[in-house]
Amino acid sequence: MSIRPRIAVLVFPGSNDDRDAAWALGALGADAQLVWHAEEALPRDTAAVVLPGGFSYGDYLRCGAIARFAPVLEAVRELAADGGPVLGICNGFQILCEAGLLQGVLRRNRDLEFVCRDVLLRVERTDTVFTARCEPGQDLTIPVKHGEGSWYADDELYAELEAAGQLVLRYAEDCNGSVGDVAGVCNEARNVFGLMPHPEHAVDPLLGSGDGALLLAALVDAARERTLTLA
Amino acid sequence: MKVTVLVRPKEGILDPQGEAVQGSLRKLGFPVGGARVGRLVDLDVDAPSAQEAKAQVERMCQELLANPLIESFEIEVAGT
Repeated sequence: MSIRPRIAVLVFPGSNDDRDAAWALGALGADAQLVWHAEEALPRDTAAVVLPGGFSYGDYLRCGAIARFAPVLEAVRELAADGGPVLGICNGFQILCEAGLLQGVLRRNRDLEFVCRDVLLRVERTDTVFTARCEPGQDLTIPVKHGEGSWYADDELYAELEAAGQLVLRYAEDCNGSVGDVAGVCNEARNVFGLMPHPEHAVDPLLGSGDGALLLAALVDAARERTLTLA
Repeated sequence: MKVTVLVRPKEGILDPQGEAVQGSLRKLGFPVGGARVGRLVDLDVDAPSAQEAKAQVERMCQELLANPLIESFEIEVAGT
């Protein structure tokens, strides 16, 4: 019987995909715990963190700009610095960028439209714990739903991230005007990953696609491994 | 001290909001050659001098009010 690793799913005022993420992680074998943003510590034995989608703090100022000051973020930084896996989905990706845990910034979609549909993604890198269950170049169908998901980096930063293999996922079709069609980015240490598409909404073929489970199950694998290592 | 911060999309950065505003103004018959949409923040700053207020607000801009990757900012201290 394999253990159910504990994964914290943060809840900010305005988060709305927190329970979907917790449900999906639970279905994939994790012990998902919802953690309110005002907490100063993560639950005991937390092996990984998910920052879910939504509109934290009403998206005031810029998306994710205020959430980065949430008390719980300090504990997330510590876990990330210690090599713990941290996944940001949609608004969670925006927060990680504003917090400086990931590079680049998410801007208003090029066509000003709120994009809400399944998109085709291409896995560029499988050397992250999040994409470890994917094949290089594999196509994934996962839905997006965002108005501010156009990832931006200037030429210099883009070249730097590309050379370092940090551009993990790209849209295989036109989606929102992201530089290089980038859909997901990881940090240098490869344990922090953010993406605009919602893997938690694609964990069952009944809902159109089960491809999101590949990413979330890989996160559960990594959390389990970390739990066993720390035990 | 009253301080106003103007945050603008950096030059050369695509501003779809500005483009939409420009398009709408042209539809109304205004011959607008360009529009860029930014953000304005009015602050009441407790500082002994205008210089000190400006220095404080500059730090605010760098740390929160603007994202240096895509935005530039301008600070105006009232009465200076």
